Amino acid sequence: MSTPSTFQERKREVTRLQELVYELRVRDAMTTPVITVTPQTTMAEFREVLRANRISGTPVVEGGRMVGIISIEDLIKALAAGELGATVGEKMTPRPVTLYDDEPLVHAVGKFASLGYGRFPVINRQGDLVGILVQGDIVRALLHQLEVEYHEEEIRRYRASHIFEDILADQVTLRFRYQVPGGDFERAGDASSRLKKTLSRLGIHPRIVRRVAIAAYEAEMNIVIYTDGGELIAEVDPEKVYLQAVDDGPGIPDIQKAMEPGFSTAPEWVREMGFGAGMGLPNIQNCADEMRLESTVGVGTRLEVVIYLDSGGRPCGG
Amino acid sequence: MKLREVLQLIDGKVLTRNTDLDLEVKMGCGADLMSDVLAFTHEGTLLMSGLTNPQVVRTAEMAGIQAIVFVRGKIPPPETIALAEEKGIALLASKYTMFETCGRLYKAGLPSCGLFESSLKRWREFFGEE
Repeated sequence: MSTPSTFQERKREVTRLQELVYELRVRDAMTTPVITVTPQTTMAEFREVLRANRISGTPVVEGGRMVGIISIEDLIKALAAGELGATVGEKMTPRPVTLYDDEPLVHAVGKFASLGYGRFPVINRQGDLVGILVQGDIVRALLHQLEVEYHEEEIRRYRASHIFEDILADQVTLRFRYQVPGGDFERAGDASSRLKKTLSRLGIHPRIVRRVAIAAYEAEMNIVIYTDGGELIAEVDPEKVYLQAVDDGPGIPDIQKAMEPGFSTAPEWVREMGFGAGMGLPNIQNCADEMRLESTVGVGTRLEVVIYLDSGGRPCGG
Repeated sequence: MKLREVLQLIDGKVLTRNTDLDLEVKMGCGADLMSDVLAFTHEGTLLMSGLTNPQVVRTAEMAGIQAIVFVRGKIPPPETIALAEEKGIALLASKYTMFETCGRLYKAGLPSCGLFESSLKRWREFFGEE
């Protein structure tokens, strides 16, 4: 594997990890059931609990209620002071900071970073202690989820490639063509909607489908807003989706200018509908692996976008 | 966060029929610019918007957004609701402003869509930071 593609690969994984931190919940990562001690446990007994379970801290529970947290750091201090006979109740940190089991994992990452604690007890919305979270749990949960998704992705790829395997030819390309009427805001987006559904049915990875759909939709809106009509053509082969948006007028006088984020010639009524902010072409570029734009004033515009099927993990602009 | 919880937090109403209130939204985005919705969301985002035309539903469909909250007490026209029902996208209404609607949900634990490479690029270009 060449250096640039390794770098791309790593960048993709990092982006996916960032997303997973939002998607996964504390309960997906926490350790359960929780080993606990009581305030009456001696520090010597607590040392045995840590050793036997190979853990570094536990919540302290009394009468079904969590009253504190105690860790290996407290034990080391007690050892140094020769206080192994002291009780956990004397050495624990009372009223520990907790996490809710249904919180996104990103909140836990934030608390670890800002508070510097080694572990957080996890409670449910009723206040019951349901688990414990250490930093290592987060990494483990993320790696596990990546592995699960990797397998799902293998199956998706198999399905997507299957149709091409069943058709006997040296080279197979599926071609989908959609008419886009100009000025018809009511139906604008219909072509992209049908294309999105078709690509999903082919078994193409949802992230790829999303990128193609966003590029197609922005291109379709441009045809609707600025021209008398045109068409969207998508060609799918085992390696890529090749998307073309073609119209025959009025053309773009300055392509470089049109590509600048925020540059727009859209009329007010288009802006009122939430479009025409000059982000369409930059958005398309963000979603595309390759993009070409050719235009002649008075003749027409041709936009070409290539999105590779194996560039899956990357979100638009990621 | 389930839509049921979203509704409670924003004292909201459901606008579409056959809405699955157990639907999980993973994060939230507030935007009136449809290109921003396309560029700064992920699958499973809850969209807060003050725009009510059918293109909001189209945009949501393209971006893999399954639920939209209309803010400031705005009620979408029937064609928007019809398109959402056809596409299986849940529409909710909030009488609060964009800021308050988003704030109530964020405070209750619904995270944002995070930082985007395109934003960071502009940031670095202007401020020259790494």
